[in-house]
Amino acid sequence: MSWPILSAVTYLPLVGAAIILFFLRGDGEATRRNILNVSLGVTTLTFLVSLLIWWNFDTSNPGFQFVEEAAWTGGFMSYRMGVDGISMLFVILTTFLMPFCVLASWKVVQTRLKEYMVAFLVLETLMIGVFTALDLILFYVFFEAGLIPMFLIIGVWGGARRVYAAFKFFLYTLLGSVLMLLAMMAMYWEAGTTSIPDLLNHPFPPEMQTWLWLAFLASFAVKMPMWPVHTWLPDAHVEAPTAGSVVLAAILLKMGGYGFLRFSLPMFPLASADLAPLIYALSVIAIIYTSLVALMQEDVKKLIAYSSVAHMGFVTMGIFTMTAQGVQGGIFQMLSHGIVSGALFLCVGVIYDRMHTRQIADYGGLVNRMPWYAFAFMVFTMANVGLPGTSGFVGEFLTLVGAFQVNTWVALLATTGVVLSAGYALWLYRRVIFGTLEKPNLTGILDLSLREKVILVPLVALTIFFGVYPAPIMDVTAASVDQLITNYQAAIAGGAETAQVTK
Amino acid sequence: MSAMPELHAIVPELIMAIGAMALLMVGVYSSERASRSVNWMAIAVIAVASIAVAGTENAGAVLNGAFMVDGFARFMKIAVLIGSAVAILMTMRFARNERFERFEFPILVVLATLGMMVMISANDLITLYLGLELQSLALYVVAAIHRDNARSSEAGLKYFVLGALSSGMLLYGASLVYGFTGHTGFAQIAEALADGRSVGLVVGLVFVLAGLAFKISAVPFHMWTPDVYEGAPTPVTAFFASAPKLAAMALFIRVVVDAFAPITPDWQQIVVFIAIASMALGSFAAIGQENIKRLMAYSSIGHMGFALVGLAAGSQQGVQGVIVYVVIYLVMNLGAFACILAMRRDGEMVEEISALSGLARTKPGIALLLAAILFSLAGIPPLAGFFAKYYVFLAAIQSGLYLLAVIGVVTSVVGAYYYLRIVKIMYFDEPADSFEPVPVELRAVLGVSGVLVIVFAVIAAPLVDAAGAAAASLF
Repeated sequence: MSWPILSAVTYLPLVGAAIILFFLRGDGEATRRNILNVSLGVTTLTFLVSLLIWWNFDTSNPGFQFVEEAAWTGGFMSYRMGVDGISMLFVILTTFLMPFCVLASWKVVQTRLKEYMVAFLVLETLMIGVFTALDLILFYVFFEAGLIPMFLIIGVWGGARRVYAAFKFFLYTLLGSVLMLLAMMAMYWEAGTTSIPDLLNHPFPPEMQTWLWLAFLASFAVKMPMWPVHTWLPDAHVEAPTAGSVVLAAILLKMGGYGFLRFSLPMFPLASADLAPLIYALSVIAIIYTSLVALMQEDVKKLIAYSSVAHMGFVTMGIFTMTAQGVQGGIFQMLSHGIVSGALFLCVGVIYDRMHTRQIADYGGLVNRMPWYAFAFMVFTMANVGLPGTSGFVGEFLTLVGAFQVNTWVALLATTGVVLSAGYALWLYRRVIFGTLEKPNLTGILDLSLREKVILVPLVALTIFFGVYPAPIMDVTAASVDQLITNYQAAIAGGAETAQVTK
Repeated sequence: MSAMPELHAIVPELIMAIGAMALLMVGVYSSERASRSVNWMAIAVIAVASIAVAGTENAGAVLNGAFMVDGFARFMKIAVLIGSAVAILMTMRFARNERFERFEFPILVVLATLGMMVMISANDLITLYLGLELQSLALYVVAAIHRDNARSSEAGLKYFVLGALSSGMLLYGASLVYGFTGHTGFAQIAEALADGRSVGLVVGLVFVLAGLAFKISAVPFHMWTPDVYEGAPTPVTAFFASAPKLAAMALFIRVVVDAFAPITPDWQQIVVFIAIASMALGSFAAIGQENIKRLMAYSSIGHMGFALVGLAAGSQQGVQGVIVYVVIYLVMNLGAFACILAMRRDGEMVEEISALSGLARTKPGIALLLAAILFSLAGIPPLAGFFAKYYVFLAAIQSGLYLLAVIGVVTSVVGAYYYLRIVKIMYFDEPADSFEPVPVELRAVLGVSGVLVIVFAVIAAPLVDAAGAAAASLF
């Protein structure tokens, strides 16, 4: 492909943001319409263009494709873009979900719509950039810059404790990231480049690997989030507006897992091997502990937030098994969770927009008035539980298969998480949807509107489709994951040899 | 030896000196109303001097080695001249509104700027002192320019007393350095130190650095900063926080890199300590501030700490980082103060941070630009402030100063809190009464600054390259 498709996809939303910022003025209903239409048009266009990436993607090539290179800011860094089998689908996931975020905000956001949409479009550019950047510093710029629009989205359009949640989100993530920045600088001086493809082939000295690995862990563990640095997530999720929660759960959390796959595992294989037990321990604690916490939640959004932490535990566990199944499962789980958790937050948004409460106790018996809604919510609940036939099953199953090969105990303990997730998810479903419709203010509640159906139906279809037929995703990731595992094993074998020679 | 042929190297300084005296004549002999035009004439003088700086060539050490004209000096001089011109521009309307408009102000700024240019080019302890005192004496008066205002007078007096103390320390240190090396020229001092150093010289070094640290308001010589910043008229504070800081930092760099290069490990320890102390104090002490000028004072202390991180590396890479840092800081600082100057309600200046409440709804454009500047001050990419920090920490990592780097980035997270707090007040809180319409020159300064901060990632290459060339001329 001759034109820079990745840059085009990355910066298209920014163009949309500029149009809204500079050309759409006024407060009237017409302006409001225009802003919404431009946002929806731009995000949809971005999605369509990004499909060209998938269309032209060569699944047999494990390396980077659509690579773009240019000089940037006078040395020390460069502008480099490209995708491989690991990152490509995250780009698609991002562009796919953004139109739904715009639709979800259609009626809800009444104040300062212009700034809201500008923030979202800027955020989209930054999120796509994270997955397409092939330069350390460029990656960091995108990774970190996303904090600014998200801080504003939570703080301006969030719930009652929005200020606290916004600050916690910002400062937690920033603290983790600055240590990663220092590690990136150390990598530059060690390898003499910030180009990710070159760094992937650079053997870092073993003792340095451990420090660099820990610095990257500081950033990705917060972003992921892993226990015990997950506490910003429930606050941010609960207080963010619906679309903000969707973006957080579906895309921002995936940056941590993507980071592990892009940096920690291939660049510091020896440290990854040494410290994998630490990840297993944290993952298992996350799976069991946060599932138990989720059981006790009285706030729908908070429950889903904790369940996200538990599901991300499966991802980290799968990735660090360093087996083809585990890593593939981790990627699949991230993509599936992106769709499912995003959809769950959209479902919560549907009833929140009607009743303006997120307390589980305020609902009950919705199936009587909202059969369509009950069906959609059921599909996503089942996917969240990991029922076979939904996309949630494939990822969890593969990560558990991977874990079982490496460490039976880890797999055994993690499996209890599957049981627990059935507990909290089904219980939530029963309390909200089933039972008799007793609350007087619920008697007039309306089922899904056309706009909401347009949002939820494609997500239902995809959840079931990828649960039954996961091959489209697996085919894309297979070559790159195989290469990752091969290189990793070669590095471990090489490391063991040098260790023996020195002994 | 005739000094005449070398005058071409100091043409910019001559322009400033002659210009200042000519302006004084204009001011004294013209009517009250014509004195307003002195402001514009001063800006013109500075503009001509900038062109002259850009046009002169790197003559090297001139005037018997007392005065250095190299790439570094020319780069820093242009930055300082721009800072001074913008400061005069921002003061004009303010002075009229607050009724302390007098023609001496722009002339004093021109004289102070001349002092800064001499500091930047100092290649000898005596030139250093001459430049520093010319700058300082003009600044003491500028701080107290609003003489009917008790706080302004108090600020001027405090600045004077503590400034005189620091000058004394610097002189004492300089005399010790002279005593133990037998030279005042930087190059000769470096030569004399090549075969080792005595304890007495280290004492002298400490005193010299203490005096310089006072000028850049680095901890533990920062105590004057919050009081002077708060007391001085706001545009004067904007001036203090920009050009003189740059000049003092340039002088700091030149002294340690040129004169004390052979004993780098000795001064490195000192710089590491004051960098850590400044970053920590700047971050933590700013959290509780309610007055935005005091907050900017602590912010500037912290930023000087970050800039010193690059100097602590003691490498060409580090100096390049410091240069990039101070230039970006100058841009951010002028933008932030343009916004503070726009905080005007019912004919009165307001300085409480809470007055910015809901600015995003009453003045969305200004709020957006100020938010960009604040995120940039906090060092969040993709804004300019991130790249400033990136280059200095890159140098620190290269030199193996890992602990300094880790403390630095952690304090930058603490610092991010108080910048975010202002963003929160502007964006999350309910709007207060709107400010008065913002004058065009403040809009211009804020706009240029905000846009530069936002698009820096795209247009960074020329600045980074120029800073690299400037740093290379020192090594």
